[in-house]
Amino acid sequence: MTVPTALLRPGRTRTLAAFGLATVLLLLAPAVLSPFRLDLLAKFLCLAMVAVGIGLAWGRGGLLTLGQGVYFGLGGYLMAMHLKLADAGPGGVPDFMLLYGTGQVPGWWEPLRSPVAAIGLILLVPAVVAGLLGWAVFTRRVRGAYFAILSQALAAAFAILLIGQQQTTGGTNGLNGFRAFFGYDLADPANKQMLYLIAAAVLLVMIAVVRGLTASRFGELLVAVRDQEDRVRFLGYDPALVKVVAYVVAAVMAAVGGALFVPVVGIISPADVGVVPSIGFLIGVAIGGRATLLGPVLGSIAVSWAQTSISEQFPSGWIYFQGALFILVVAFLPGGLASVTGLLPRRRSAPAHDDGGTGTEPGTGLAAEGNRA
Amino acid sequence: MTDTPSTGQRAELARPHAAPEKRGTPDDRPGTPAAGPAPRATPPGLAGADALLGTDTTRFRHDYLEVRGLRVEFDGFVAVRDVDLTVTQGDLRFLIGPNGAGKTTLIDAVTGLVRATGSAAFGGSELLGRTTHRIARAGVGRTFQTASVFEELTVLQNLDIAAGARRRPLTLLRRRTTTPPAVEQALETVGLTAQRDLPAGVLAHGQKQWLEIGMLLVQDAHLLLLDEPVAGMTQAEREETGQLLRRIGSQRVVVVVEHDMEFLRSFADSVTVMHQGRVLAEGTVAEVQNDPAVVEVYLGTPAEPAGDVPAGTVPAGTVPADAAPADAAPADAATREGEPR
Ligand SMILES: Nc1ncnc2c1ncn2[C@@H]1O[C@H](COP(=O)(O)OP(=O)(O)OP(=O)(O)O)[C@@H](O)[C@H]1O
Ligand SMILES: [Mg+2]
Repeated sequence: MTVPTALLRPGRTRTLAAFGLATVLLLLAPAVLSPFRLDLLAKFLCLAMVAVGIGLAWGRGGLLTLGQGVYFGLGGYLMAMHLKLADAGPGGVPDFMLLYGTGQVPGWWEPLRSPVAAIGLILLVPAVVAGLLGWAVFTRRVRGAYFAILSQALAAAFAILLIGQQQTTGGTNGLNGFRAFFGYDLADPANKQMLYLIAAAVLLVMIAVVRGLTASRFGELLVAVRDQEDRVRFLGYDPALVKVVAYVVAAVMAAVGGALFVPVVGIISPADVGVVPSIGFLIGVAIGGRATLLGPVLGSIAVSWAQTSISEQFPSGWIYFQGALFILVVAFLPGGLASVTGLLPRRRSAPAHDDGGTGTEPGTGLAAEGNRA
Repeated sequence: MTDTPSTGQRAELARPHAAPEKRGTPDDRPGTPAAGPAPRATPPGLAGADALLGTDTTRFRHDYLEVRGLRVEFDGFVAVRDVDLTVTQGDLRFLIGPNGAGKTTLIDAVTGLVRATGSAAFGGSELLGRTTHRIARAGVGRTFQTASVFEELTVLQNLDIAAGARRRPLTLLRRRTTTPPAVEQALETVGLTAQRDLPAGVLAHGQKQWLEIGMLLVQDAHLLLLDEPVAGMTQAEREETGQLLRRIGSQRVVVVVEHDMEFLRSFADSVTVMHQGRVLAEGTVAEVQNDPAVVEVYLGTPAEPAGDVPAGTVPAGTVPADAAPADAAPADAATREGEPR
């Protein structure tokens, strides 16, 4: 018997249990929620995909990814462009281009006519952008707040760029009015339910991927880079490479979230990709507990849900509530709500066993609330 | 992540690996850091070292560190100047000097942490101008004045990372299923087998330094630069560390920065003395101890700003036994490297 597997076991069982519970809850949701609420939950799940990636890059890798709106937007806009072209039919021109543009489809839109190319580009474009940007930034040892500011600036610039290109990106209105998703009519509730199930499945796969990465040697290395970057360098690794991998994974997850967000919500606009949503992604992760596996997901879902329900009653109240909650969590619960379990009295076990699963209980409660909404 | 345990818990966790209580006699080799309940025939520590280092003394005969005309400047302040240094395998070299002499800066320059001019070659290949991780891959390993291990990771994970710089990407993306043999041997060598699954952050200071030495071993460094490796260790722990360094020194090129003169007298093969960025003297322990220039520096003449030795506490003509206690390093020197604590 080797000691590590013996030690991993309890955390693993708990993670598997939490994973199973999450799966059951997600599968039950269509049965108990109205189509409207189910749609809302699907939207939350798409936003939570961004959070899963941030949990890896920020929670494990210490990269303060304050500009994930860029990748969310890249995925979202690429998907929206494809849906627009598909709606227009072979050789057709999307409606808004006839209205505001030249009535011609720009050359860089053309590749997105093919569904396969669209899916490929949704994965590839954010990966390449994040890879190049990450490489440029991390090899120059830009870290911490500087990296965060850079990410923010990028998100702002991206939103401004989109607004300025009314003829080809829809400008402030963004892209909307999609009729079908890969041939399936989006007005049909059965198809919306299918979309929800796709989002749930993709989210679960992403959680599994992050879990696998975290438990791998790469995951250990990522923590080492976060805590002692120079030491890692003296062991013969290039920390920039390690960070780039985490950053690219987070970017692709954000892009997939954005891509699924488009058919679920029916619109993507610069307001979904700029500075404010970028910070919003991070807040959910911070509140849930960035260093845990499920904390980011549950925190993100909880924040989205709270945002929706509070905005329904007090249209302008949300922003204050979010700010207050964020300050409270940062000041008093740096580990996020997931760390509440650590504060509760509990049976003493070997310290090493407390890891991994810490985020599950309170978060599950939050998720249940989210489902009830 | 989990919070760091309270100090009480820390002390408790550190206890299992208590140092041997009585000092070993000269012929009773005290290299038994992992001493279990029953005494063993061979000191496990050095046996593990044998397995890691191999016994082939010819293979790396040509590895040697050759520093020529090294110069490091910080905004006009010259921290290291005109340093020539040659260290060969089998010659356990100690590098001493008052606080601020430039010892750490010299190591920083050789490992690519600070920019330097001149030349520093190991095994015939130039190190200056290469990036730190490339220098590490060329077989150069170092430790820091303040132990810097990955505190949130376990002892085993620390060693496994140190062993893995040459792993392929696909291996990295998989979970560790077995402990690599080198890691197993290093655990034994540095006596941390019982602590393998503890987070490195809860280790006692001396254990952290052992872990660092273990990391250098599994990293397969052929040039080891150790910055005050026995600072904060008990006498018995120093003795064990010294034995281990001797063992490593017979197979690798080792440079040890140390303030503890007793430790130096027991284990150094040769000594280089630095002062104000220059090499002041070089030779055997006896030679440098009787060098008038060295004596002057260590007795604290008016020209010596560090003043780390109260004059008159040591007999003239010898280097004081504890010229500068290891923990007497100025606060700025400890914090400058940007490490916690
Ligand atoms: N990054 C830096 N910027 C400016 N000055 C520095 C820097 N690093 C070192 N120095 C200066 O260079 C000189 C040599 O420092 P160094 O740390 O190499 O001394 P040392 O011999 O290791 O001393 P100690 O025994 O205290 O560890 C000191 O005067 C120090 O203040
Ligand atoms: Mg020093």
